[in-house]
Amino acid sequence: MSSLASPGTATSRGDTRGSGMKRFARAVLGRQPIGLIFGAPYAVFIAVLFAYPLGLAIWISFHRYFFAAPGVSVPRPFVGLANYQAVLSDPAVRQALLNVLIFLVINVPLTVGLSLLLATALNAAIPFRTFFRTSFYVPYVTASVATVGVWLFMFSGGGLVSNALGPLAPVPSWLINQKWAMPSVAIYVTWKGLGFYILLYLAALQNVPKELYEAASIDGASRWHKLKSVTVPGVRQVTTLVTLLAIITGANLFTEPYLLTGGGGPNGKSTSPVLLIYQTGIEQNHPDFAAALGVILVIGVLLIAGAQHLLDRGQS
Amino acid sequence: MTAQTARPAADDIAAPQDAPAIEPRSQRPWWRLIVLLFGALVFLFPFYYMIIGSLQKKQNTSLGGALPQPGNVTLHNYSQINAALDLGRALINSGIFTGGVLFGTAVFGVLAGYALAQLRFRGRSLLFAVMLLVLTVPFQLLIIPLYVLIVRNYGLGDSYLGMIAPYAINSTAVFVFRQYFLQLPKELFDAARIDGASELRVLTSIALPLVRPALLTAMLLTFIGPWNEFLWPFLITKQQSLQPLAVALANYISTVSGVATNPYGAILAGACVLAIPAVALFIAFQRHFVSVNIGSGVKG
Repeated sequence: MSSLASPGTATSRGDTRGSGMKRFARAVLGRQPIGLIFGAPYAVFIAVLFAYPLGLAIWISFHRYFFAAPGVSVPRPFVGLANYQAVLSDPAVRQALLNVLIFLVINVPLTVGLSLLLATALNAAIPFRTFFRTSFYVPYVTASVATVGVWLFMFSGGGLVSNALGPLAPVPSWLINQKWAMPSVAIYVTWKGLGFYILLYLAALQNVPKELYEAASIDGASRWHKLKSVTVPGVRQVTTLVTLLAIITGANLFTEPYLLTGGGGPNGKSTSPVLLIYQTGIEQNHPDFAAALGVILVIGVLLIAGAQHLLDRGQS
Repeated sequence: MTAQTARPAADDIAAPQDAPAIEPRSQRPWWRLIVLLFGALVFLFPFYYMIIGSLQKKQNTSLGGALPQPGNVTLHNYSQINAALDLGRALINSGIFTGGVLFGTAVFGVLAGYALAQLRFRGRSLLFAVMLLVLTVPFQLLIIPLYVLIVRNYGLGDSYLGMIAPYAINSTAVFVFRQYFLQLPKELFDAARIDGASELRVLTSIALPLVRPALLTAMLLTFIGPWNEFLWPFLITKQQSLQPLAVALANYISTVSGVATNPYGAILAGACVLAIPAVALFIAFQRHFVSVNIGSGVKG
């Protein structure tokens, strides 16, 4: 049996009569059909809890759909793009998208700058290195609900931060201030997620060849120059990832505006798209509108991810 | 090099150690220390303040209140939040939710990751492509159809099954498992197969022991998902007796706390109880939670 030489066919060893059947099965199912069984639960999971809901979301977004009392059947007529038109012309949606933009403008530079700085500082033989590394990702592993609790305590009117700043604190206080609500959310999210990005940057920094730094030193490059022409290009992949993840996070903010700014307040100035999906779809019983908003966001995220992928390829 | 190099290297067969790469010229670590100390202060202070606030008899938000004051210490806030939420019940609910997800991911996720990495079967590339799509599409954007299906159509609202189902197999973990299994030498498996070992046996007695440290990292990352998750369990549990702690505490923050005598004391006491298990786990296993492992999980 020549097939013995190729990996993964040992099961057919010594079985000459069944080999025709086996060969047929192998042609249809692949060399190791057991993989189908191993992968089946996950495939079923994806089909039932990802693909089908995604399809259902698209279906709902093209129909008039609302939750009726159990057992009552209601007509769900096809309405074409009406839900999409409603979403795109809704001022609350525009405000939410604007808020995502504000979020990104604050979150991305802060995250990239601070995590690169802290990762660089960590990337050396430093006393208490493990302590520092651990302390940075403690917020990342803690539940948002718990950390939001203490941020409320610190940033509410009359809280510690306002007391420390005295007359410099904004009036009305941070979380109920139209100008400061969204930046506060963005700063909170940056604080919470930074530890994760520090670890990513640390890994990337450790992969930058040391020879590059040595070569730059020989050429007499300054510290700043080395940062600009060796470090930053060396971690570009992580920076791309940070931007992508920030966009996904921004579209998905829910706990923060729901709890920190009391439901996207004041005046919708810190609403996020997912908070709107919840409010319109479930609280106000317009799941068709919410589904259309969800589909638009999925398409948006996929387009941005695709564009970044292409850009990334083009550059490297 | 300091004690860092003494860390046992047996951890990660898959990845190089998280050892610092030293820039030879910078013999002055003082700026690093200042930056790091400042960072640690910013990251840890809210946690310190969480504990201080949870112990205050009377709410004190002045600057002096940030220091422990022996006269103003009480455990009353903990009994207050316990009376409002039933902390034990809420912790059990969080445990069941998290345990269900960990079980599903450890069993079915590992099987899928192994199949994707080491087995040749029809549909493998399709499964892999779909998995990448799942990783890109944020779960939160599917809440409406999932709510329709799970609560309305299947009647699984207010049930553990409904809570666990959308999270049952963590796709990020499957991706990470695949990466780990890919890095194992193929010859190892072929030898076992020639000896007649079944594929399940190859997985459990050869592949799994080799990636055990990495597996632990992936399971730790999987743990924080459901333990900290708010939106989904919040949507589908209306009965308080079924709510995980994150949901019960959030409801307390947004509704009940206004009428309590020291609302922040109770909120922060609940926050401490919610935070401690995850933080303790990560500190205990911090050795496994190194940048290299995480990096391999996220990099495409």
